[in-house]
Amino acid sequence: MTALLLRDLKLSFRAGGGALIGILFFLTVVAVIPFGVGPDLNLLSRIGPAIVWIGALLAALLGLDRLFQADRDDGSLDLLLMQEHPLVLTILVKCLAHWLANVLPLVIASPLLGLFMNMSEVAIGAVMLTLLVGSPALAFIGAVGAAVAVTLPRGGLLVSILVLPLTIPVLIFGVSASYAAVEDPAPFLPPFLILVAITMFFAVIGPLGAALALRNAGD
Amino acid sequence: MTESLAIRKFSDLANPTRFLALAERLLPWMAGLCCLLFAAGLYLAFTTEGDYQQGDTVRIMYIHVPAAWLSMMCYSVMALSAIGTLVWRHPLADVSHKAAAPLGAAFTLIALVTGSLWGKPMWGTWWVWDARLTSVFILFLMYLGIIALNRAMDDPSKAARVSSVLILVGFVNIPIIKFSVDWWNTLHQPASVIRMGGPTIDGEFLRPLLVMAMAYTLLFFTLHITAMRNEIWRRRIATQRRLAARTASREV
Repeated sequence: MTALLLRDLKLSFRAGGGALIGILFFLTVVAVIPFGVGPDLNLLSRIGPAIVWIGALLAALLGLDRLFQADRDDGSLDLLLMQEHPLVLTILVKCLAHWLANVLPLVIASPLLGLFMNMSEVAIGAVMLTLLVGSPALAFIGAVGAAVAVTLPRGGLLVSILVLPLTIPVLIFGVSASYAAVEDPAPFLPPFLILVAITMFFAVIGPLGAALALRNAGD
Repeated sequence: MTESLAIRKFSDLANPTRFLALAERLLPWMAGLCCLLFAAGLYLAFTTEGDYQQGDTVRIMYIHVPAAWLSMMCYSVMALSAIGTLVWRHPLADVSHKAAAPLGAAFTLIALVTGSLWGKPMWGTWWVWDARLTSVFILFLMYLGIIALNRAMDDPSKAARVSSVLILVGFVNIPIIKFSVDWWNTLHQPASVIRMGGPTIDGEFLRPLLVMAMAYTLLFFTLHITAMRNEIWRRRIATQRRLAARTASREV
């Protein structure tokens, strides 16, 4: 399992892996927003957490279609399906590798974008924390979409369409926890704990669903 | 005794030809009964008294509420069929959830549009992003995603199995829709018909509502069986065509 994790990490960081494209996309999406809504710093600081979250959500979807498709192209998916380890565990590890390579950089880059958005230090910390906790759920939900669309030649866009509706709870609670940290009357902990619960829930459902889909999609 | 009979009956259905024969016999009755119920329901809906506050706009309820119920029931039928596809490999289950997806999308669209038409005079806005409306909108998007996934694959049995997984994962949305009005404080009113301690809605409104709900349910099953029959025929024609093409190429 460690070997699989390291292999996936290496594959995504070395040339042609495309792990950095996610960050670039994230930066670009967030940078485009001020052109759309105008450079009003007060407005930007108010909508900042939401913008950073949406940007991260979209960027996290970007590399998803390659999650299993790359393995299918070079035939290693069949090996993964046939090995003795439970497939659910293998998929969990693959999700973790995907998260470490593609999503964790987004979390690390988010404070910088928070500065661009004129957010306060507390808000930046809250967004980073909620992203850190909530983004694994995106990877787990995405794994189902990626597994469902693995045999499709142009599955990328379809994966995003299938996955986005399911990620909305993550977005809702992530953003509401970030806002609760800044605005006084709302408590921070309840939405944050629900976010943790969502992540753990999808950590179970996601790999199970993906394993089911991969077994059925096999040729 | 009854149980063994039921199982025999159910496995009988696995044979598409038997299903087609059954559908042939059932459909006229179901369609006729559905028309009668709709006539009765619409008659009741237009002749009962209006609400003292909402006036005549309350009649939108008789279209809106059953459609919303059916949009959730349709997804549940699809989820059951998805289990049937994945667990029992029931040959009709994949036909069933493929046929139900467009129906579900249509009912959800009706619920959304009529709700929006009702919201304008009552709430003063076409659309609010409250929990119930948002989750139903997500349901609509999921129906469209499932249809898109079904259309994206050319092998029907593989498409059915893969979309069953998606249907089952998406089922988490159904309890969210059902309880969204209780969990969050929303503009949409909480449940007033199916609730603990009996309905809070007045009998004057309840009667047409229930008749319309039965009419909608029958409409769904009529259309569902028709769509399943069409899908079976479509697959048979596709197989025949492929066979014909093969023999034709052999003759040349």
